[in-house]
Amino acid sequence: MLRRTLLASASAILMAMAVPAMAQDEPLKIGFIYVGPVGDGGWTFQHDQARLAVEAEYGDRVETTFIESVPEGADAERALTQLALAGNKLIFATSFGFMDPVMNVAAKFPDVKFEHATGYKQAENVATYDARFYEGRAVMGTIAGRMTKSNKIGYIGSFPIPEVIQGINSSFIHARKVNPEVEMKVVWAYSWFDPAKEADAASALLAEGVDVILQHTDSTAPLAKAQEAGAIGFGQASDMAAFSPNPRVSSIIDEWSPYYIKRVGQVLDGTWESGASWAGIGEGEVVIGDITDAVPAEVKAEAEALRDAIGAGEYHPFTGPLNKADGAEWLAEGETAPDSDLQSMNFFVEGITAQIPQ
Amino acid sequence: MIQLVPRSTASTFWQIATPVMAVLATMIAGGILFAIMGHDPVAAIRTIFWDPLFGPAASYSRPQLLVKAAPLILIASGLAIGFRAGIWNIGAEGQYIIGGITGAAVALAAYPFEGMWIFPAMVIAGAAGGWAWGMIPALLRNWFGASEILVSLMLVYVAQRVAAWMAFGPMKNPEGYGFPGSRNLQQYPAASNPELIEGTGAHWGVVAAAVAVLVTWVLVSRHIRGFHIRAAGSAPRAARFAGVSPATLVAFSLGLSGALAGMAGLFEVSGPAGQITDNLGTGYGFTAIIVAFLGRLHPVGILLAGLLLALTYIGGELAQLTMQLPAATVQVFQGMLLFFLLGFDVLTRFRIQRRGK
Repeated sequence: MLRRTLLASASAILMAMAVPAMAQDEPLKIGFIYVGPVGDGGWTFQHDQARLAVEAEYGDRVETTFIESVPEGADAERALTQLALAGNKLIFATSFGFMDPVMNVAAKFPDVKFEHATGYKQAENVATYDARFYEGRAVMGTIAGRMTKSNKIGYIGSFPIPEVIQGINSSFIHARKVNPEVEMKVVWAYSWFDPAKEADAASALLAEGVDVILQHTDSTAPLAKAQEAGAIGFGQASDMAAFSPNPRVSSIIDEWSPYYIKRVGQVLDGTWESGASWAGIGEGEVVIGDITDAVPAEVKAEAEALRDAIGAGEYHPFTGPLNKADGAEWLAEGETAPDSDLQSMNFFVEGITAQIPQ
Repeated sequence: MIQLVPRSTASTFWQIATPVMAVLATMIAGGILFAIMGHDPVAAIRTIFWDPLFGPAASYSRPQLLVKAAPLILIASGLAIGFRAGIWNIGAEGQYIIGGITGAAVALAAYPFEGMWIFPAMVIAGAAGGWAWGMIPALLRNWFGASEILVSLMLVYVAQRVAAWMAFGPMKNPEGYGFPGSRNLQQYPAASNPELIEGTGAHWGVVAAAVAVLVTWVLVSRHIRGFHIRAAGSAPRAARFAGVSPATLVAFSLGLSGALAGMAGLFEVSGPAGQITDNLGTGYGFTAIIVAFLGRLHPVGILLAGLLLALTYIGGELAQLTMQLPAATVQVFQGMLLFFLLGFDVLTRFRIQRRGK
């Protein structure tokens, strides 16, 4: 008996000595939940690249885990709870549809911090973040307006939500700025990633005489269709460099690493606070992929100048005078769009004849 | 030489043994798969099948089994009735979606009133929506001889489009900044379907699933309609002579399975999911087909099979979390289960015999 108590007390002492040492070295556990598989080559892939960048930046100080292909809704709530129960102190939820599950789980785990992508609900321990993709779309629109020969450009929309509508408007405004003849056709795929539907949408656009395709869906199927038809397009979410130099003449890349590294650092040094981040080209969150030689040098220079002006904060892609599609005045001469207008944007600008499905 | 000899009647022993063998074979084949992928197979199998029940976070995952199993059991109970009679409703997923929409429609129309009648009315509307969606293939089969397999399956895709339309159109939350999706019913007390007892996971859907198991058991074993169903499945000609109307049976089984699937959809929308979104259907209607067969179309079997499939979902997530196994693991497991079950099923209808000289 004595021996057993001796052992027990010895181990208790060892434990007591070990615990503070461990607490110091204990890595920050960070969880990620993804809506798609990490191999989607687009949206989720880019978030996972940022996760790897966090690991590379902080090494042993962090430990990351992810759950992929989580359906939005009830399953997301369970996946989030399991991440929290597994000891993750910071959780990135990388899809809009995780919003209500994040709010529910965050209320149950006040000591866990949540970062929710593209949502609009915040709490003490829930911050939101998004990227100003419309800044990149302005650059794509400029190239599209210069490159089209038929004066018809096409846009494959995923869902008629503010983020996508901003992109359509921004592309159109800047295409028309350099080419007053340009027209925009819009097709809705009702999916973020569905190669078959995206290919159908691209075919429909090409059949209408479109020779430049912009896409807000994540597969390379539209680029493959453009290639067959001799049209051009742009990489979406990731660079899609495999289709370089033609039909992919440039790309709009989601780069989450700067934000993820910043926020993880803030948790590590205890300065993390909730908030809503909406960063763009200037912060390095929206990156314009290499503009290939398929684009004439002066167009390339013009596009890069626009990119740099937006990045430096000298130019806002939504600067008046701008009217809504129904003719109502939106922005007066020189006025720039307030973020609140953009975040709830549900109208096309004047000149787009397509309708937003209601 | 080995030869398969047909049995005169299906073996009772093998009827119970084959699902068990299918589960074991799935574990072994899955283990080999994990070993090839460079994971410890024993640890992976334990994470999927053991940890959700007895692991460190079991107090959370055990109630979640009920949440996940309830819609599967509810849908599979209805499907099994039709399957016994040789009537193949493959479109429970669509009936589930439509039931969720019609049920939520009642709640959204009643918002923001409070009242005891709202939730029961939603359940009835959900069941009615699923029933109506199931009656389309039933009537097309009875009137024009259209295959209910194809029609019910195709209607799943129609239902998915209806859900997208609702989420972006008529049911869009007017306070949602233009984003898709309805109001969250979890935040509307009269219409929400919360846990009945904190920490058990049991919501009204779990109660309904338990009732469905009991009622279908009585129906199949005690009621004349159950006898008709079994007769139509095993000896259609004889059943016809006995006065069983095939058209009535088609309408009855598709309507019943549709209504149960619709109720499952409503319980999910008002409970765990909370809102109408464009991806309302998460595959319960298809997984329930595996549950029905794995459970040998018997109510008790379905209860056990539903819990087992729920275990693969929860365990699969745990395996992703703790071992970083890919998400496709769960689908591979469920596919293998059905594959092995159908393979071993040969043994219930045939005897293996060595061919003598």
